[in-house]
Amino acid sequence: MSFFGFGQSVEVEILLNDAESRKRAEHKTEDGKKEKYFLFYDGETVSGKVSLALKNPNKRLEHQGIKIEFIGQIELYYDRGNHHEFVSLVKDLARPGEISQSQAFDFEFTHVEKPYESYTGQNVKLRYFLRATISRRLNDVVKEMDIVVHTLSTYPELNSSIKMEVGIEDCLHIEFEYNKSKYHLKDVIVGKIYFLLVRIKIKHMEIDIIKRETTGTGPNVYHENDTIAKYEIMDGAPVRGESIPIRLFLAGYELTPTMRDINKKFSVRYYLNLVLIDEEERRYFKQQEVVLWRKGDIVRKSMSHQAAIASQRFEGTTSLGEKSVQSWAFD
Amino acid sequence: MSDTAVADTRRLNSKPQDLTDAYGPPSNFLEIDIFNPQTVGVGRARFTTYEVRMRTNLPIFKLKESCVRRRYSDFEWLKNELERDSKIVVPPLPGKALKRQLPFRGDEGIFEESFIEERRQGLEQFINKIAGHPLAQNERCLHMFLQEEAIDRNYVPGKVEKEVKPKGTWWPWRIGRLALS
Repeated sequence: MSFFGFGQSVEVEILLNDAESRKRAEHKTEDGKKEKYFLFYDGETVSGKVSLALKNPNKRLEHQGIKIEFIGQIELYYDRGNHHEFVSLVKDLARPGEISQSQAFDFEFTHVEKPYESYTGQNVKLRYFLRATISRRLNDVVKEMDIVVHTLSTYPELNSSIKMEVGIEDCLHIEFEYNKSKYHLKDVIVGKIYFLLVRIKIKHMEIDIIKRETTGTGPNVYHENDTIAKYEIMDGAPVRGESIPIRLFLAGYELTPTMRDINKKFSVRYYLNLVLIDEEERRYFKQQEVVLWRKGDIVRKSMSHQAAIASQRFEGTTSLGEKSVQSWAFD
Repeated sequence: MSDTAVADTRRLNSKPQDLTDAYGPPSNFLEIDIFNPQTVGVGRARFTTYEVRMRTNLPIFKLKESCVRRRYSDFEWLKNELERDSKIVVPPLPGKALKRQLPFRGDEGIFEESFIEERRQGLEQFINKIAGHPLAQNERCLHMFLQEEAIDRNYVPGKVEKEVKPKGTWWPWRIGRLALS
């Protein structure tokens, strides 16, 4: 099978109708490179055309059928053979026959459900793509085009602060507070650490953002932890009664929304890890989960008509379990 | 387009600090010095002792000041006790220097001044690292090593009794564990 849309005789391309106006978003590929893809949201229609260009205009192309598919799938790296498709739509473009000249076939997948956000991780990948296939006796000609999907949420109704007293008896007691439990990706973590008892020699204190990607189920659960950020909040030795402020801007880090039990295949969760280090390099730490969510941009007048309709018609739930109104979140 | 509203990044409110806390002596004062090495005995029965002086204001130590004499094998004893009874990763001791104990050396072997000084520094690092460890501070062997005249090798290993809290002290029930690695 040729995946580049090149048979010996034909070049296949997938073109979107709204390619001019549709925004693109950056997304990391499996080998770490950043590329831009067309950005879609849940409920939006995907429409365009599949264009076939015959390399030799005198040579006809015999085929067993031409179709286009819209696929959303989850791929676990340790089990590459099995793709778990959670969205699979197909449109037939041409019945078996002959192509005698270059031509284009229109397609439209109306108001497609895209329940999860695109994700490329350490052990799992969730992607959406269009796939055009020209079936032939020996060699199918296949062309794929990836798109990126973002899931949006609105401000959560309940967003309590996190406040806790922790310590090691008679040695170190602190009270930590974070102003919210749910943060959007461009939010600021505002908090403080209050020292109640300090009988150890602290050298400095930092806050780390840890991403935990969980794949597999039952006895085969695998957690991959990744420290996304390390941010020093205190340098020096505090005493009782001192209050150290925290102000951590999330926009500077590569974060995704919290993804819980996606299609029962994987989760991506985030934790704040408060770490105190003493003069002998001993580390005292407390981990606390925070929920990250994606806030939509302000709705602009130039937005496509389709997207406006989709936003009014659809109310879905996000991986947060919050109701997300698809007319997008704005202040 | 970015948001029109700017996130509220003002500091959270906190209690003003009590001035006696801010300017008083810190609650974590702990200093251990190892000095004044002395070689005692004659011939093959010689050994070196070091003065171990400790000053602290940590309530877990009975004496706020103590001074004892210890030899290298006492430090080895302490290391073994802690490795057996506590969950901490015990730091390494300076070397045993077995080679230096072989005969026919050109120098004084383990009684060479430069070696003793090297060993003194290693022992000082070792004891300071351990004594500041919250889990090691619970072990009776550490207290005996630092604050009792002689080490009783037949002692009963165990944990130190914690300070008794006066009645009515508020102990927050939801105090969580801070993990220590």
